[in-house]
Amino acid sequence: MITYLEAIRLAQQKALATDPRVFLYGQDIGNFGGAFKATKNLAAEFPGRVLDAPLSEDAIVGMAIGAAIEGARPIVEMQFADFSTCGLNQIVNHAGTLFYRTGVPCPIVVRLPSGGTSGGGPFHSQSLEAIYAHWPGLVVVTPATVEDAYTMLLEAVALDDPVVFCEHKFLYYHLKAESLPDTSLPIGKARIARTGRDATVVTHGAMLHESLAAATELAEDGYQLEVVDLRSVKPLDTDTVLASVARTGRLLVVSEEWPWGGVSAEVVSRVTTEGFGLLDAAPMRVNAKDTPVPYHPDLWSVHRPTASTIAAAARRLLDL
Amino acid sequence: MSKTIAPVTESDYLKAYRVMLLSRVLEEKLASLYRAGMIKGGVFLGRGQEALSTATGIHLRKGDIFAPLIRDQAGRLAFGDTVLDTLRTYLGSQLGSMRGRDGNIHRGRPREGYYAMISHLGAMVPAVAGGLLARRLRGESGVVGATCLGDGGTSTGAFHEGLNAAAVDKLPLVVVVANNQYAYSTPNSRQYACADLLDKAAGYGVAGHKADGTDLLDCLQTLRKAVQAAREGGGPQLVVASLLRLVGHGEHDDFSYLDKNLKKTAVGADCLLVAEKYIVDQGWKTAENLAEWRREAEQEVNTTADRVRREPSPDAEEDDWAALSRSEYREQFAAV
Repeated sequence: MITYLEAIRLAQQKALATDPRVFLYGQDIGNFGGAFKATKNLAAEFPGRVLDAPLSEDAIVGMAIGAAIEGARPIVEMQFADFSTCGLNQIVNHAGTLFYRTGVPCPIVVRLPSGGTSGGGPFHSQSLEAIYAHWPGLVVVTPATVEDAYTMLLEAVALDDPVVFCEHKFLYYHLKAESLPDTSLPIGKARIARTGRDATVVTHGAMLHESLAAATELAEDGYQLEVVDLRSVKPLDTDTVLASVARTGRLLVVSEEWPWGGVSAEVVSRVTTEGFGLLDAAPMRVNAKDTPVPYHPDLWSVHRPTASTIAAAARRLLDL
Repeated sequence: MSKTIAPVTESDYLKAYRVMLLSRVLEEKLASLYRAGMIKGGVFLGRGQEALSTATGIHLRKGDIFAPLIRDQAGRLAFGDTVLDTLRTYLGSQLGSMRGRDGNIHRGRPREGYYAMISHLGAMVPAVAGGLLARRLRGESGVVGATCLGDGGTSTGAFHEGLNAAAVDKLPLVVVVANNQYAYSTPNSRQYACADLLDKAAGYGVAGHKADGTDLLDCLQTLRKAVQAAREGGGPQLVVASLLRLVGHGEHDDFSYLDKNLKKTAVGADCLLVAEKYIVDQGWKTAENLAEWRREAEQEVNTTADRVRREPSPDAEEDDWAALSRSEYREQFAAV
């Protein structure tokens, strides 16, 4: 069985094996194989192309940008998404502006081990896809399955544009697949993860699995939730979302992010501005609480949306 | 690595002087166009920094990488930028390299090794280092990358991170610091506490070079040595040149904070006048020869400016408003 984490490692292995322009740069990713072992054995297999970086997120991303200008395809690992804020300037102001300003694209992939895990705490748990999506010039993806982790990372490496790759740490070991596909839906297309007629749940990342569990729970009561996995938050597949809402008339958006702004706010905004007439009820959202992500498992498990809070929200949306 | 450094010849010096002169004349024109309200955006001049900047650009070759900063008009010209593209950008011509999307000091042609700075100081240090790393991974050797900063830029995290990371990988990076005594209005006394910015070189484990930024000969000799050392595998080189910015931060700035006594000290000399005196004293050219060169530069600049003023501005209707290269990813926002 292949885990989500192993899929990320295998995608990097394949990228290194098939494209001589690819190299990996990040903290502890060389012989040590990375804090999560997402680059295990790759330094030995590809000598000189899997490079340990100093503790310098700004320099890591800045160097990737310069390398990309010269035609390389760097994949950089932020040890945790939370630390990418130390490289924020290079990501949003340099990588994100390069193509518009100069006509020269910036094919870098910035891997962000994202999201909460039990015991992670305030600085090893964040979901930052919304802030990167806010700036123009970046592609922001949030694979929620083993298959997507693999194919979307390979697709990201092949893209000419900078990609912020939000891989979810909670899924690293929890998700497993029999095998990896060669092809998948392209970045920019959402997937209907479960069909249903009563309400649409739009979600991404680890919340896909909580949402699917909530849908199973409601199915026992005879209600069918349609679950849309966004897969990429920028570009955001508004068409698939609107088509689903057209079928169900109700929208619940679930995100592990903080509530102010964010992907859930963007989805609600798009559906209400572009599909107001499709709605039979006011849209709802379920987000994490508006505090830093707590450390203790008993607090953390309440801070984030879960199948039961999602199911409760869905029941309210359905007037149950 | 210790090939001898070729001496700076009369021909080298005169070539560099003409770049300085052209840059000075071009910037005088930019200032006058700014006062006439014809410039799109701001004007930030490099007056007093031309010797250092020229010495940097002139020692780079085709195939090298150069990320100049805001006071490097001279270095840009030395590296191959043109009066035409400079004026196109400042005057907002559609035909400029940035197509109206970014301006003036931000211009560049990254595909030609001429990186386009972002405003965040220090950011280009790791970018040039990364360009050099990619060249190395591709098997290229003998490439040099240079970037320029001021005293203020040395206080940024990006400068520190970039120079440190470049040193770890022993990349052929030359960081040229124009210690021009002020970061906008902030004097050095509020910028750093070490005795000399060159002290920082030891902290990063890189070679340090001190230059007199008012003296073209010293700048040429120092940059020649630093660039050659980087090219021959000596790792990053930090050059710190002392000089005085002879104008305000930008043309909007009245420069009221200038300590007038600085003008009377060694850093206060105008490098262009110092070079002219040197040329005449050496007997290489007469003052009349130099005046003729200035007239030629003025003619080139004025003729080009007249031409560019007739060029069209960017057309908002024609801009594809695309921040991503992949057209499928361009989202249509209904509210727009």
